[in-house]
Amino acid sequence: MNSVILQLAAKYLRWLLIVFSVLALIRGHNNPGGGFIGGLMAGLAVVYRGFAYDAFLIKERMQNWPEWMIAGGLFGILLSFLPSLLSGKTLMAGVWLKIPLPLIGELKLGSPFLFDIGVFFTVIGVTLMFVFSLTQKR
Amino acid sequence: MHLILIVFLIVSLGIFLIPERLKNWKPFLLSIVQGAAFFYFVVRIPEITTAEAKYLFFEWIPPLGLNFEFLLDGLSMVFALLVTGIGALIFLYAKAYMKSYTGTDKFYLYLMLFSAAMLGLVLSANLIQLFVFWELTSFLSYFLISFFHEKESARKAAFQSLYITGFGGLAMLAGIILLGSVVDSYSLHDWINGAESIRQSKFYLPGLLLILTGVFTKSAQFPFHFWLPGAMQAPAPVSSYLHSATMVKAGIFLLARLSPVLGGTNEWIYIVSLIGVLTMLTGSYFAITQTDLKGILAYTTINALGVLVLLLGINTGESIKAAMLFLFIHAFYKATLFMVAGLIEKKTGTRELSELGGLVKYMPFTFIIALLALLSMAGLPPLLGFLGKELIYEAKVQSPGIASLVLILGVTSNVFMVAVSLFFARKVFLGKPKTYKKKPDEKGAAFLIGPGILVLLSLVLGLFPGNLGTAVIKPALGVVSNEMIDVKLKLWHGFNQVFFLSLLTVILGLLLYRAMVKKKKLTETWRKVNSVIFSVELDEVFAWVMDKFVKIAQLKTKTVQHGYHRLYILTIIVFTSLLLWFQVFVIRSWEFGIPFSLKPFYISGLAVVILGAAITSAVSRSRIVTIISMGVAGYGISLIFMYYSAIDLAITQIIVETLTVVMFMAILQRLPRFAVLSSRRTRLRDFIIALSFGAVMTILAIKAVNVNLNPTISDFFIENSYSRAFGENVVNVILVDFRALDTLGEVTVLTIAATGVFLLLKTKNKKL
Repeated sequence: MNSVILQLAAKYLRWLLIVFSVLALIRGHNNPGGGFIGGLMAGLAVVYRGFAYDAFLIKERMQNWPEWMIAGGLFGILLSFLPSLLSGKTLMAGVWLKIPLPLIGELKLGSPFLFDIGVFFTVIGVTLMFVFSLTQKR
Repeated sequence: MHLILIVFLIVSLGIFLIPERLKNWKPFLLSIVQGAAFFYFVVRIPEITTAEAKYLFFEWIPPLGLNFEFLLDGLSMVFALLVTGIGALIFLYAKAYMKSYTGTDKFYLYLMLFSAAMLGLVLSANLIQLFVFWELTSFLSYFLISFFHEKESARKAAFQSLYITGFGGLAMLAGIILLGSVVDSYSLHDWINGAESIRQSKFYLPGLLLILTGVFTKSAQFPFHFWLPGAMQAPAPVSSYLHSATMVKAGIFLLARLSPVLGGTNEWIYIVSLIGVLTMLTGSYFAITQTDLKGILAYTTINALGVLVLLLGINTGESIKAAMLFLFIHAFYKATLFMVAGLIEKKTGTRELSELGGLVKYMPFTFIIALLALLSMAGLPPLLGFLGKELIYEAKVQSPGIASLVLILGVTSNVFMVAVSLFFARKVFLGKPKTYKKKPDEKGAAFLIGPGILVLLSLVLGLFPGNLGTAVIKPALGVVSNEMIDVKLKLWHGFNQVFFLSLLTVILGLLLYRAMVKKKKLTETWRKVNSVIFSVELDEVFAWVMDKFVKIAQLKTKTVQHGYHRLYILTIIVFTSLLLWFQVFVIRSWEFGIPFSLKPFYISGLAVVILGAAITSAVSRSRIVTIISMGVAGYGISLIFMYYSAIDLAITQIIVETLTVVMFMAILQRLPRFAVLSSRRTRLRDFIIALSFGAVMTILAIKAVNVNLNPTISDFFIENSYSRAFGENVVNVILVDFRALDTLGEVTVLTIAATGVFLLLKTKNKKL
């Protein structure tokens, strides 16, 4: 597809989508969103750009990104089990840290959030792997 | 003592970290580790005789009654000493033997792990734990036997031993579970305490038979003995270790271990001693006609194992005493002889009897060592073997019931053993030297240290057996047998019945030996007669059965795994919907009452649109139309989600729908033109199946709304989402906290699916 408008839109909207996807990830615990949705949105951002330029693989060196993202995501999930394991709770039980911050208030960080980040990256990786594999030139 | 196992494990993996230029020191290091373990056990011998046995307990999976239990008592001590002591010498020998091969790191890893598994086995006091170690030894011996994996015979032999011992192991597991259910425990303590109830339960005979199957396969008893000669494809250190102190001795160990629990009954005595006698006879009889050095030794091992099983089967104090002593005797001479055979093969390049001769000229020390070991095997004084044979005869004389038969067969088999031992020495070392490719020598001290020490032990212990008897064998006897009898070992027993039996054996053996040497034709005709009488080789029967088994499996696979994707899906859907219909019928799912209304009109309108889109996608002949209408259905559903304020679901549905359409578009360009390939009947069939599946899913979905779980799980999630998981978005909290395991599973499935797609397209790409 060779549309200038689409290409120009894709150039900026892509980053907007990625920012939104991260936002969805972060706010996911209290509002609609989360790792799964965020991951899909980020994946969509890449697909969107790919559609506009008719090239899904943006650069050759991006070829291995899906693998790394899946591996990293799964590793993050694995890491998220550590806090519960180390604090002697049931495996996968949420462990929360409350950090008081000036101005913003209290920041709650928990192992479920790490889990969500892991899901986020795995889903991006899986989406990209599907799309890259299906659209590669042959 | 569990620490020894851990040390073994660490060391066996640690050898990979040792730099390449120190390669030759690796076996040396392992030998030292084994020696240290041996020392550890030797130091603890006094504790065994005086105090209570050392017992360690670790929880493993307590709800299932599975725990790690280690026990160092008299019986484990006997085996632990053999495993570590001979292990140390084996590694020393392997240093010289394996020098010229590549991949030795792997070899030492397997051998060390194997040794650890065997040690774990003999220290186990929990039957399930014992089974785990038992299977580990089978498994590791597979790697050891197939070390020269470029040879087909080695691979075949390794598979054979794995199948047979693996099969036996499974039977044993079933037996353990069966008998464990009687006392409701797998702990050896409970088994011994509940021995009476086990022996009287109706599961006794089946359980006994199953466990004995495990024992007999592992210890190469008739009719499973054929895997052992096959296993001689392994490198000499492995054969030496396998035959003397480990692997085949595991069965003997289990038999001795369970003898207080299962032994003493008529079933035990008859089954075990009968198999023992048969094996004993088979081993010694076939040993005579072997032409391969290691083959002779393998069959003599079968003979020795038969003797051990027979003795444990007779199950009197005397017989168990004899068994424990014979264990040492056999380990000493068999390890020695296999090491010598390996050395000879290494130096002359052959193991065939007919190509060997006159080696005494080149290898005098080897000759002395081998001769002493062979004399021990033949049971001649003053070696430990003589002592053992006397005790065995004594035990057989006193055996209940079938004494005379056992005695006659025992003497026969020993006559063969005497003849074989002498024949071995005569053919290999004496006579005219044959021409060898290179002049044999006995360079390499490491070759002879191990055999030398073992033969020396045989000799010294044969002359002064007192300490061995009181320090090691008596405690072992106390564990295995309830009878307390004195263990006073001495070389000279006086002129009694047993002595004359020995004399008879030796004389007959010498006569047979003379006949074999003088008349060359005798052995050859014997061999021919054997091949006619025993034309059915168990080895080949086994191969035939395996072959047929594989063929049947192939046939089955071809029928079930036909490779047609559409038929797979068809099978899955038909089967699922049948099951669901059945369930629907049973719980009378059609009886539900929900108020049905068409309000609000925009939702019912949406439903009509979705329905229309779905029908269009099914009947349309244009792919683009199909995909787009599927998209319409998907977006419609997400709108319904939105209406019922399931925002998360709606967002996910929209994005997934988008991605699906995009992916379809990507594939679409590469697909051939649409064509109607299936017949009208197939399409009708598919239509009915699809309709039925859709109907049942609909009923299920409606029913799901009506089912009232008490209390409903969603209430729990809503209540606890914020208070306990600090999240206001219930859906997300369920995903990442309450049901994180499910999410993990889903993410993993996604990953696998992506990998599948990736590989599928990638390989295809390469081919083109």
